[in-house]
Amino acid sequence: MREITADDLHDIARGAAILGTGGGGDPYIGRLLALSAVREHGPVPLVPLTEVPDDAVVLPVAMMGAPTVMVEKLPSAEQVGLAARTLAGYLGKELTHIACAEAGGVNSLIPVVAAAQLGLPLVDADGMGRAFPELQMVLPTLYGIRATPMSIADEKGNRGVLDTVDNRWAERLARSATIDMGCSAMISNYAMSGPQARESLVPGTLSLCAELGALVRAARSEHADPVARVVERLGGRRLFSGKVVDVARRTVTGFARGEARLSGMDGDTGAELVLRFQNEHLVAERDGVVEASVPDLICTVERETGEAVTTEGLRFGQRVTVIAAPADPRWHTPEGIALAGPRYFGYDIDPIGVAG
Amino acid sequence: MRIGIDVGGTNTDAVLLDGRQVLASVKTSTTADVTSGIVAAIDGLQRQRAFDPAAVRAVMIGTTHFINALVEAHRLAPTAAVRLSLPAGASLPPMVDWPQRLVDAVSGRSYLVHGGHEFDGRHIAELDESELRKAADDMGEAGVRSVAITSVFSPVNAEFETRAAEIIGAQLPDVAISLSHEIGRIGLLERENATVINAALRELAAHIVDGLSASVTGAGITAPLYLSQNDGTLMDVDFARRYPVATFASGPTNSMRGAAVLSGLDTCAVVDVGGTTSDVGVLRQGFPREATTDVSVAGIRTNFRMPDVLSIGIGGGSRVRGDAGNVTVGPDSVGYELTSKALVFGGDTLTATDIAVAAGRADIGDASLVAHLDRGLVRAALEKIAADVSDVVERMRTSAEPLPVVAVGGGSVLLPDELAGCGEVHRPENYAVANAIGAAIAQIGGEVDRVYVIEPGRREAVVEEAKQEAIDRAVAAGASPASVGIVDFDEVPIPYLPGNATRIRAKAVGDLQLGA
Repeated sequence: MREITADDLHDIARGAAILGTGGGGDPYIGRLLALSAVREHGPVPLVPLTEVPDDAVVLPVAMMGAPTVMVEKLPSAEQVGLAARTLAGYLGKELTHIACAEAGGVNSLIPVVAAAQLGLPLVDADGMGRAFPELQMVLPTLYGIRATPMSIADEKGNRGVLDTVDNRWAERLARSATIDMGCSAMISNYAMSGPQARESLVPGTLSLCAELGALVRAARSEHADPVARVVERLGGRRLFSGKVVDVARRTVTGFARGEARLSGMDGDTGAELVLRFQNEHLVAERDGVVEASVPDLICTVERETGEAVTTEGLRFGQRVTVIAAPADPRWHTPEGIALAGPRYFGYDIDPIGVAG
Repeated sequence: MRIGIDVGGTNTDAVLLDGRQVLASVKTSTTADVTSGIVAAIDGLQRQRAFDPAAVRAVMIGTTHFINALVEAHRLAPTAAVRLSLPAGASLPPMVDWPQRLVDAVSGRSYLVHGGHEFDGRHIAELDESELRKAADDMGEAGVRSVAITSVFSPVNAEFETRAAEIIGAQLPDVAISLSHEIGRIGLLERENATVINAALRELAAHIVDGLSASVTGAGITAPLYLSQNDGTLMDVDFARRYPVATFASGPTNSMRGAAVLSGLDTCAVVDVGGTTSDVGVLRQGFPREATTDVSVAGIRTNFRMPDVLSIGIGGGSRVRGDAGNVTVGPDSVGYELTSKALVFGGDTLTATDIAVAAGRADIGDASLVAHLDRGLVRAALEKIAADVSDVVERMRTSAEPLPVVAVGGGSVLLPDELAGCGEVHRPENYAVANAIGAAIAQIGGEVDRVYVIEPGRREAVVEEAKQEAIDRAVAAGASPASVGIVDFDEVPIPYLPGNATRIRAKAVGDLQLGA
């Protein structure tokens, strides 16, 4: 894929929502925003990570907030360009590339909107290989790349630039601002050079999203099991199939936090799975025993169709399959686990890997 | 005794039931005024098996009128969508993802105005009354007759929607107003879509409901009249006037529930061949498979729970064109004019029904009028129908093992006894009136929608309490206690009210207590 056209958006949104592990935003809204941007400005060139030149100025853009809010107070496309231009102005640099901070139904497509609006190429990569709830939780943090200066913009036209002592402070101050902005804001941060991007980002994420989306689509038309194809492609495993019997979520401290309980069906009849999430799924407990945890991916998909179900999309009575897949190996280093492992989120356990 | 009636685009079917026993069943043509067709159907029941109208305890009607109006994009009221969200939400305006022909059909006008709530109860912007009055003026000049009002976070706080309705209603006293918080849940685009569809159907709903009531009363029946809803439960006619969108998917729901009862199969594909379309759904363990989040109605996304159904334009009234080497069937249909236009009724239009009669699969009208048809053409048309339908069944199949197929609906005589790749086609007794049976065995629902205060550690108890109350209401409304279960549950925390306030909605559904 050398450019992203209107025809690619369905597959990208579908695949990105799977990698979004319950968060990363609603794929329908992401797709509609990208569709109108691509229709207005034309296709977006997609540059492989290895081809990003040394003198590049790469700017990731993303939406920050609570998923529940994003499907209700709809994001506005103008905010995206505003966030990018605000940061470029502060840095006094000419932007050359846009990038994705994370994979997700909105956050894989907001960069498409920004790239289309600004007439820039998009890098085929992202900062996580999945979605995580907090903004310091990107691989560039492990490489010492600073989140700030970063910009933040809301739909009312309020903008801010933060310059913080470390990436955790960036999260903390940006989260406060996001809450005041109504739990949905556009941000631009982790401005980086070509070599920094090549070293720290996860290569090929947008292509992978498109590939996953196409796999699911093809499996459905062949009556094959789309979930099995996704599991196979991600090298993961199927954790559980069941019916959603309870979802408790609250928008607190700028996140959608909560848990979902699934009552088993098929081979899991009689068992119960509890998913705990903070925007994204963090741990999956089967009958009280943790079966998978961050930093590995825990994804919820519709049992028959393989369509991702986000944490705000989980509903009583839905039949879903939960799959786990390995994260980028760099997340399993001691530094990676310290940044986004179970203990950071308050679960006193070592990470439960997909193989374990 | 109960009467179930299914009013389709082509046929009006009626059944008289005692418990689950079918005492009488008739199939008549749907009439342009709907009413006379229903009167004829009830008369037909009376002739087949005399009954005392006073002994009828309830009349349940399933109708595809509303969904057909949307699919066919006609008889829709000129509608305005008012969204209270500015400065948010302008990138994805109302009807942003609608098929253009439907936007045109509802003369869709959009008004983005200031207002809406943040997640924590603050106002995104203050309501601007003069802005709303200006919008109302514009609507009045444009001839808008129905208005859909959607405000950001209205499922949590409806004050702006209510206030906007007062302002617009004062300016335009004759327009119908639909409010999104009464129709949908969190998820603005889908809730707004459902509200706009509802608004577009309001005039038709008033007209249809009046007709339905008049025809039942005219037959001397004083029992309450219900319409079936998307989820297989019933609503009373006053509710139907205000919320026609809730009847949307009742057709497929009724035919699938009817097919399940008639066939005794709990996992199968159900093919309902009517006059205009064939609808294919899947039953798994007795329940219709639900549509996924990205399935839409007439090309519009809503977040109603409804059965996953694929439709193709093949039915008894489908026009047949071409010759043995190159035949087409549908998608256009002569609809309720079948009895005047089809060859077997002395008309001049070759329809799928004529093909069925010529092939000896059905005995309708005068078979001698189709005796001249070319055998090769008849065979080719039947093969085309079988191939198209089995293709849809194939598309609905999600696993490798073949699904048994249950064929219902009057047009199912068009299907062979074996479908390629699907195996045997089951045709249960009373297959032709499965929809009417589905309507008659409709379920009874009970709902709770209230703000609860949840003290720390008491969530489970409160959730149980809400569910139990929904169950109790379903039982009080006539559901048999043994069959009642919770089918929908939704909870929206209201972070800015003290005491952990949460809006809880629970719906319980059960079978109508027999003898009720």
